[in-house]
Amino acid sequence: MTKVDEKYKVGQYYPTIGIECHVQLKTKTKLFGTASNEARDAEPNTLVDQVCFGMPGALPVLNAEAVRLAAKAAYALGTKPQKFSKFDRKHYFYPDLPKGYQISQYDQPIILDGSITIHLDDNSIKTIHITRAHMEEDAGKSTHPSGADYSLVDLNRAGTPLLEIVSEPEIHNSAEAKAYAKELWLRMKYAGVSDVDLYHGNMRFDVNVSVSKDPNKFGTRSETKNLNSFKSVERAVDYEIKRQIELLEKGQEVVQETRGWLDDKQKTVSQRSKEDAHDYRYFPDPDIPPVVLDDEYLAEIEKDLPIMPDEWREKLQGCELDRQLIETLLEFQVEASTDFLSLLAAEKTTAKTYANWIVNVETPFMREHTGLVFSSESRQKAYVGVNKLVIEGKLSSNGVNSLLIKLFQMEVPCEDVEAVAEELGLIQMNDSGVLEKIVEQVIADNPKPAEDVKGGEMKAIGYLVGQVMKLSQGKANPAEAQKILRAKLGV
Amino acid sequence: MTEVWGSIGQLVSDVQSGKKSAQELVELSLSRIKEFNPEYDAIISILEEPARKRAVEIDEKLKKGEKAGRLAGVPFIAKDNFLVFGAETTAASNMLKGFVAPYQSTAIERLESEGAICVAKANLDAFAHGGSTENSDFFITKNPHDKTRVAGGSSGGSAASVALSLAPFALGTDTGGSIRQPASYCGVVGYKPTYGLVSRSGVVAMASSTDCIGVFARRSEDVALVLDIMSGEDTLDSTTIARDSSAYTDLENTVKGKKVGVISEYFGEGLDAQVKASVDSIIEKLKLAGAEIQEVSIPSIDLALAIYYVVVPAELSSNLARHDGQRYNYSAPDFKTLQESYEQSRSQGFGAEAKRRIMMGTHVLSSGYYDAYYKKAQTVRTKLINEFKAAFERVDFLVGPVAPTTAFKIGANEDPVAMYLQDILTVAANLVGIPAVSIPCGFDSNSLPIGFQVMAAQKDDRALLGFSKGVEELLI
Repeated sequence: MTKVDEKYKVGQYYPTIGIECHVQLKTKTKLFGTASNEARDAEPNTLVDQVCFGMPGALPVLNAEAVRLAAKAAYALGTKPQKFSKFDRKHYFYPDLPKGYQISQYDQPIILDGSITIHLDDNSIKTIHITRAHMEEDAGKSTHPSGADYSLVDLNRAGTPLLEIVSEPEIHNSAEAKAYAKELWLRMKYAGVSDVDLYHGNMRFDVNVSVSKDPNKFGTRSETKNLNSFKSVERAVDYEIKRQIELLEKGQEVVQETRGWLDDKQKTVSQRSKEDAHDYRYFPDPDIPPVVLDDEYLAEIEKDLPIMPDEWREKLQGCELDRQLIETLLEFQVEASTDFLSLLAAEKTTAKTYANWIVNVETPFMREHTGLVFSSESRQKAYVGVNKLVIEGKLSSNGVNSLLIKLFQMEVPCEDVEAVAEELGLIQMNDSGVLEKIVEQVIADNPKPAEDVKGGEMKAIGYLVGQVMKLSQGKANPAEAQKILRAKLGV
Repeated sequence: MTEVWGSIGQLVSDVQSGKKSAQELVELSLSRIKEFNPEYDAIISILEEPARKRAVEIDEKLKKGEKAGRLAGVPFIAKDNFLVFGAETTAASNMLKGFVAPYQSTAIERLESEGAICVAKANLDAFAHGGSTENSDFFITKNPHDKTRVAGGSSGGSAASVALSLAPFALGTDTGGSIRQPASYCGVVGYKPTYGLVSRSGVVAMASSTDCIGVFARRSEDVALVLDIMSGEDTLDSTTIARDSSAYTDLENTVKGKKVGVISEYFGEGLDAQVKASVDSIIEKLKLAGAEIQEVSIPSIDLALAIYYVVVPAELSSNLARHDGQRYNYSAPDFKTLQESYEQSRSQGFGAEAKRRIMMGTHVLSSGYYDAYYKKAQTVRTKLINEFKAAFERVDFLVGPVAPTTAFKIGANEDPVAMYLQDILTVAANLVGIPAVSIPCGFDSNSLPIGFQVMAAQKDDRALLGFSKGVEELLI
């Protein structure tokens, strides 16, 4: 290991963290069978076939799409897939593991030696190396009803294709752990290999935490499993660092063990110590020929690779968007953001305006109205159209939101944004003749404030502009109104 | 042994021409099973109703002038480790007793789609562990030539079925000799194809890297027809290979000019003198018929049994892990914890031989032993494969005996290691993945049949079947 930097020191201790992340690959069928992989809303044990049920005579047949997605993920992890990889059996008994072994990749995984750049809140960046990433099948789901003398097993998840990404132990605090988790999430999302829905367990993180007084040595580590949010990754790391330091300070030892995270109590608890560790008896699965990928296959994958977050960051920085806004943008739905980011990159002068609209108007609205389909063409036409009205001074800032929301709900791309704005009564009054008359009326109706303005008390002009807006039922362009007011009052 | 059925090709053409009906054939098969099975215990279950129903369907099809397939109306018997839809599949084990197959093996599916009718499921050593069917959890199959002797194994029930003419052919599985050895003991043709030629999908796995689906019949031609239908790639088994582009049914039966290698290591100590004499005599006949005979040495072949008894237990210990008492398999009624449920179900559900092999397999895969056993065995296996490859560059076929002796007395090989030695001449073909056949070539002084083994290079099944037919003709 390389020496841990002084800056990470907590009291007398140097924390070190390695993260394993399980990513569910978004295939139609399971990793080795024909049963559907769309388990989210299915009744328990309805998505099973002889393969994931572990029937006698049932043989695993590798899903080519899962291999393709894993190969794509390799590029997202800053490397290329291995041309030769194989599957192995990992043995243990549990009711949600019907075959008595899990099919995984042991010593020749599909991905080796990747690296990703993580982006920290203080604007610094750091490279974290990826040791390996391997394909494996998920187990089923066990539930243990409280008070019952039985457990329930749902095999819908059994056989779901997973990619397990293992980081080098190069992470040294919770902020880096969180940033790493987030960056993995972004990359898997942009690569299009997973639905990356954390709530539904599409990505789960296991954090290995140790602390040591010696910056050149690791301490004994604990592994906290199945964290399903960036926040829980951050908090579990903090909790473990603190817990382990406290133990050592008391003269006790850290036990090598598997721990779980209790979200309601915000703490980790022991689940299994090393003494219970299994001998998994790995050996190459004789039912599955090795995976051999040739140059042609890799070229095909490479050709269709989407633009990755780092490249977007670079493009968006060119649009002079600030870092926080860029990161927020990158987190949006892949389809929307990819199209949208292209729009931003193309329209540099208005990028910031568009970015704000998508962050503050479109995304919150779309999240509340999940049934709506807002195509990239619709967005392009709507955003460009609305921006044109703003530049021409025809639309008030309040009018922007109402107009956008109307446009989001239109089924086809809007060809005439101004007509829609007009229909909604959102077009500002720019006709100086009409506006002049209203201003004259306001001055006549409000002699005292008018006099005050003339006398140099400029605070009162805001009041008069407000009155103009009121009289015009909000349609007046406030800037134009103020200009006319100033002229009339000679200030 | 009387010829009850004649050739399968003839049977099918009789059914198709209306000379015989599928129903007649099924009834003949059922009546022979009922007549002989109580004496020989070859069969575990009879599929009487479904078989009769299928026969009626086939006869009706033919009556309407529709095609009923290349095996129209031909009854057959499957070893009870083949899943037949809706039928009990026990693998002769208490562990799977009562298990009704919810899907069907590819081999059965392909045969049925050509009009064949599965009439019964045959006995075996439980989970195919053994060489005598004495390890069946239910009963011992007796040799049709001598009821006091074993039929061989593990496909003993299938071999005895064909010897007793219960059906024209039977299916078996061969992991280390489980088709060839019982074929030799029962005096029928037993064929193990190239690894991957027939899909393993839907057949209770023993050892994934050596399991082969094969055929028992009275003649090589019958084997070829059945294999022609069963073989080829299957989307449910990724270890399957494309079959020969030309049919197996139009065989070239010449032995003249063929280069035949006699495996010198197969004629060493332990080979029964009468077996040796019989095999020598057929080799002599081949020579007279114009085959070029030469001695071939495969130095690592003596290690084959040792490799086999590391690799195979390793794989089967893993394949049997699914029998944990939690789903379709035997479940111990009394337990307090999950761990106890596993322990009790497996202790009670598995027989002694399965347990012995699971323990061996678990041991050789365990941390600290893997390199010394499993990895080393696979390395030597590669060496063996290369030696066979080199041999097949010089010769077309390799020949020798199938088993060191003829069928032994029931109970004579109680020592497991003595039983394992039964496989000594057959396991190499499985480890190397090449096709091999056992052809009846004579009898010993007790009128017990002797088998002649012929092996060919990988995917050379068509050539092997043709040669096998040629050998048969020399024996007539």
